[in-house]
Amino acid sequence: MRFKDVFSIIGPSMVGPSSSHTAGAARIGLAARRLLGAMPETARVSFFGSFAATYQGHGTDTAVAGGLLGMRTDDPRLPDAVELAEEAGMDLTFREGKGLFPHPNTVRLDLQAADGRKLSLLGTSIGGGNVEIVEVNGFAVKFGCSCPALLVRHRDQPGVIAGLTAALEEAGLNIAGLSLSRMERQGEALAVVELDGEAAVTLLERVRRLPHVLGTDYVDLNGEEEEMADELSDAEGAQ
Amino acid sequence: MNFRTLKELSERCRESGLSIGRLMLQQQAKESGREEAAEFATMKEYYGIMKDAVHNGLTRDTTSRSGLTGLDAQRVAAYNESSEPSLGGDAGRAMAYALAVSEVNASMGRIVATPTAGSCGIIPGVFVSSQERFGWDDDIMTEALFAAGAIGYVIANNSFVSGAEGGCQAEVGSAIGMAAGALAELRGGTPEQAVHAVGLALKNTLGLICDPVGGLVEIPCIVRNGFGAVTALAAADMALAGVRSVIPSDEVVQVMLEVGAAMPEKHRETAGGGLAQTPTGKKLMEDLRKKKRR
Repeated sequence: MRFKDVFSIIGPSMVGPSSSHTAGAARIGLAARRLLGAMPETARVSFFGSFAATYQGHGTDTAVAGGLLGMRTDDPRLPDAVELAEEAGMDLTFREGKGLFPHPNTVRLDLQAADGRKLSLLGTSIGGGNVEIVEVNGFAVKFGCSCPALLVRHRDQPGVIAGLTAALEEAGLNIAGLSLSRMERQGEALAVVELDGEAAVTLLERVRRLPHVLGTDYVDLNGEEEEMADELSDAEGAQ
Repeated sequence: MNFRTLKELSERCRESGLSIGRLMLQQQAKESGREEAAEFATMKEYYGIMKDAVHNGLTRDTTSRSGLTGLDAQRVAAYNESSEPSLGGDAGRAMAYALAVSEVNASMGRIVATPTAGSCGIIPGVFVSSQERFGWDDDIMTEALFAAGAIGYVIANNSFVSGAEGGCQAEVGSAIGMAAGALAELRGGTPEQAVHAVGLALKNTLGLICDPVGGLVEIPCIVRNGFGAVTALAAADMALAGVRSVIPSDEVVQVMLEVGAAMPEKHRETAGGGLAQTPTGKKLMEDLRKKKRR
């Protein structure tokens, strides 16, 4: 069964005009925002395929900007998100990407936060507002954003995944999906674990202390997003 | 879910004595692990968004970003008031409301995908106009949304609900079937009659291609939503009158799958054929490109 429940048929609640070109694009932006962990100071957005051909008519650009600001698919401010991002101090540029792309609806996001943290992400919008992230900082990955995802950067050494899965088991969390990718043997590697429940902060701390783990990132698009509202109201207050 | 086909859906209803809407609510709560009341509240909120979208489409400037569409719902509504519409007032209202929601969608307003953004006008058009006409409260309408969702769930899992996969029949066609079945139940029809309404409606859109001008959810998507609402009313009436879908509705869903799978790629949401590639369609697309470069 591709469609699991009633709200995959009636829903999502969204700002138009397209579930793939608008709602999906906003979710990719939001996923990137969550991975970066802050509002990007600079954002280079490259559209490919159908996204490149129709992004202005579909508002794909403003949808991505809204996602980067932390907006959900039905945020009424989504149509003005490009202006709001600029007001919030984001240096935002859009262009048509060059080269190969994995899906007709593909976007690359190259982001940098104020503290220097960088993120390069390739996302695809596969229909009905559903998305798939296919590359993170050069690592080939494959995860949707329908459930929370834990990204674990580590050294490619024996036992890292055993330690990770043991920590998840102790926390009572079921693994819905698991993928691994490495730059080179014994080099830097990335594990992406999709979870059937929310990961607590204490679990993330525990994973970060495991041997050979370099860091963790966590994406939960269904979680609360109070941080965005704060930043936007700060920006509005600064005017 | 304890059903995979429309036949199983009506059988589960008969066994349990539940309406299609109630059965779907029960099954949804089981699937999500949440309380029925919580699921119901979410759906009721969605119905509120649909009603707001109807209102916004009838009162606000709905000119799309491309400038190609907008305000047709208000034209139809004004005509309904000032003239003697051929359809009659109630069907005309359903049509105007469906256009309104689709135009809100095209102008980046808030809608609920039912089942997609491209087909988001049909269910609100039928539901909101019928609610006004028959005086049903929001709880009744919310239950009917679960019924529409149950029908869409069967269609989506046995065929498809996206234009890129199966053409417009999969989006607008599915939405009409969902609205028709739900309305038949709202009007007191049995689950069997509701399922017949789905089959009758789907047969009328088999083969419909997805050919949006410039790839935008505007031409012809918006008017197809208007027509779709009227067709849903007609299918519900036929089923309530005792007309049966001689080819069982589940078999009609399979035909939609067969036809969609055979549909050329240029007729599946790529703007590579159909209305998008007419001389005028190509010119509009070219004008949009020039506008973009400036």
